[in-house]
Amino acid sequence: MKVSTIASLQKGERAIIKSFEGIDVPLKLIEMGCIEGNYVEVLQRAPLKDPIYLNISGTYLAIRIEVASKIMVEKL
Amino acid sequence: MSDIKVALIGNPNTGKTSLFNRLTGLNQKVGNYPGITVDKKVGHSKLNNAISAEVIDLPGTYSLNASSLDEDVAVQVLSDKTNENYPDVVVVVVDIENLKRNLYLYTQVKDLGIPTILAVNMADQMKNRGIDIDMQKMESLLETKIALVSSKQNKGVSFLKKLIVDYRSLSTVPCFIDEPSVLSKIVDTEKKKHHLETVRRYQFIKSVLEKTYSQDPQNAKDLRSLLDRILIHKYFGYLIFFTILFSIFQALFSWSAFPMDYIDSTFAGFSEMVRAHLSEGVFTNLLAEGIIPGIGGVVIFIPQIAFLFLFTSVLEESGYMSRVVFLMDKIMRKFGLSGKSIVPLISGTACAIPAIMATRNIENWKERLITILVTPFTTCSARLPVYAIIISLIVPPEAKFMSFNVQGLMLMALYLLGFGMAILAAILLDKFLKLDTKSYFVVEMPNYKLPLFKNVVYNVIEKTKAFVFEAGKIILALSILLWVLASYGPGKDFSHAEEIITEKYPNYSEEELEVEISSYKLENSYIGIMGKTIEPVIRPLGYDWKIGIAVITSFAAREVFVGTLATIYSVGSEEESTIKDRMRNEVFQDSKKPVYSFATGVSILLFYAFAMQCMSTIAIVKRETNGWKWPLIQMSIMSGFAYLIALIAYQILK
Repeated sequence: MKVSTIASLQKGERAIIKSFEGIDVPLKLIEMGCIEGNYVEVLQRAPLKDPIYLNISGTYLAIRIEVASKIMVEKL
Repeated sequence: MSDIKVALIGNPNTGKTSLFNRLTGLNQKVGNYPGITVDKKVGHSKLNNAISAEVIDLPGTYSLNASSLDEDVAVQVLSDKTNENYPDVVVVVVDIENLKRNLYLYTQVKDLGIPTILAVNMADQMKNRGIDIDMQKMESLLETKIALVSSKQNKGVSFLKKLIVDYRSLSTVPCFIDEPSVLSKIVDTEKKKHHLETVRRYQFIKSVLEKTYSQDPQNAKDLRSLLDRILIHKYFGYLIFFTILFSIFQALFSWSAFPMDYIDSTFAGFSEMVRAHLSEGVFTNLLAEGIIPGIGGVVIFIPQIAFLFLFTSVLEESGYMSRVVFLMDKIMRKFGLSGKSIVPLISGTACAIPAIMATRNIENWKERLITILVTPFTTCSARLPVYAIIISLIVPPEAKFMSFNVQGLMLMALYLLGFGMAILAAILLDKFLKLDTKSYFVVEMPNYKLPLFKNVVYNVIEKTKAFVFEAGKIILALSILLWVLASYGPGKDFSHAEEIITEKYPNYSEEELEVEISSYKLENSYIGIMGKTIEPVIRPLGYDWKIGIAVITSFAAREVFVGTLATIYSVGSEEESTIKDRMRNEVFQDSKKPVYSFATGVSILLFYAFAMQCMSTIAIVKRETNGWKWPLIQMSIMSGFAYLIALIAYQILK
């Protein structure tokens, strides 16, 4: 069990969302299912490494590394 | 019996609008909610022989937390019983493959105590994806009736209509009940409360789905990952994007050339007809010289704008646009823009108005503002007529550079200049704008799907209509005003033009006299006086007072430039070759040098490339930024810069 952030996950890695560092995580993201306990999978990074393309519990979305690095996860 | 009021609500990308189209067909109209700019779509649907419904399509939204304008509208309509759109029944549209997220909105809507139906869309995908739902159990857990529909295959719509007819038998109790006592104890801020409530709602949904929903993972098709591998590949992704972009531009100009010529000649024909059939008088002149060309000036852009909307809506419906946003975000951010700025910048090549409206989904206010401010630099279709005529005056058609046609190269250079300027302005704005905005960016990556022909067509018709009426009103009003200013003047010089000219040129034929009289009249009309007044200011740019008039009038819209010159040089028709000949022979009154020299031509091109010569854009920027501050700053900077560059160019080249 290792705690890290979404930003540090490699392509194809899956993890469970644990917490948010600071409350800067936008509500819209939370509404789309980015909440504690849901799984997240990194599908791809954009060619310039940012943004990052995720599958969060069945919802496909892309966010910037800036936000991704505030979401703490536990690798599966 | 009056119509049942039905509200459709759902997340973006759930096929809500397709379902709306299925329910209402072409019986729909788009308006605005009072005071704000969110589109309001209402349509009528016949539920059975006796009963019909008024269906309102609420903007796509992820929640009812009112964090954006679109969500605000939904909240206002659904929570205020006195609202004129307050529905008898709400249909929440969800996508079978995204039930978990889509049901979040459903639970919020259900809380409001309105009879609610759950329409599970894209049910045709169930077999494909190995999905199974225990309908009865889900209905009871969610306290509702469920309709499995496929708006694509038009299935389940009649069942949905039946449920709507029976809306009185639907439950109005919430399905998710939180414990407020627990909430108020542990959380202190509104934001944390929202967060916690969201989490608890998701827990509820999870428990419902565990009991009612199953998916055989073996069956999940892999179209997404296959297409993603190509379309957002680090090299092919960009290659494909730029190829698509290039093809769109090619098509935009080659496909719309024919209908545009046709519209042009049709409106010219109208004016002729009016002159021929109505008796001479002020009203006939106003119609033939003011109103008809004014309307024609708007209608002529319909082909290009419609094609552009066609391409953008296909790209958006297919899910490709989100991939472009993903690919371009990091690059665009270097310029202070967002990946989402790509859509406005592309649309800007047709017209800045829909482009600026397309900035609404940029979350970060600073990025959105910069996008709004720089979009008018992109070469919109209204600049084309100006570019076309000036280029043809200063570059001979047979000129070649490395076997390329120089006229064509020059036009391309002007396009690149527009984009380059937009980017440069964005970089500068990013540096100097001190705006403290929370930076975040979320883009949904929807499933790839084949765009529905019907949706695309509706979308194109709707947006084109909105453009024509929006811009049309202003252009029409202005063309009437211009006509008045050009047709009347103070003092004797104007009212006695006939006598003055007849005295001055006693040997002229009637035709020659008429030409002289009308140009003399124009010189002494209100607009002519305005042109003369600003001559000292524009002379350093290489313009005479006649060009000055065209600069003033084309403040309404750039393409007015050509029409104004046509009137000023008293060429009866706007047929290009004759205006061109006239322009070529035009000399400055004092120095007798040709007016349209290379230096003046370049100066005009640069001026129109940069100056904010468009009232409609100013109006839309005011609307989208909620005040006069930004449109005025934008206009002063753009036009000031245009003046400076045109001045430098002319002084160096002359």
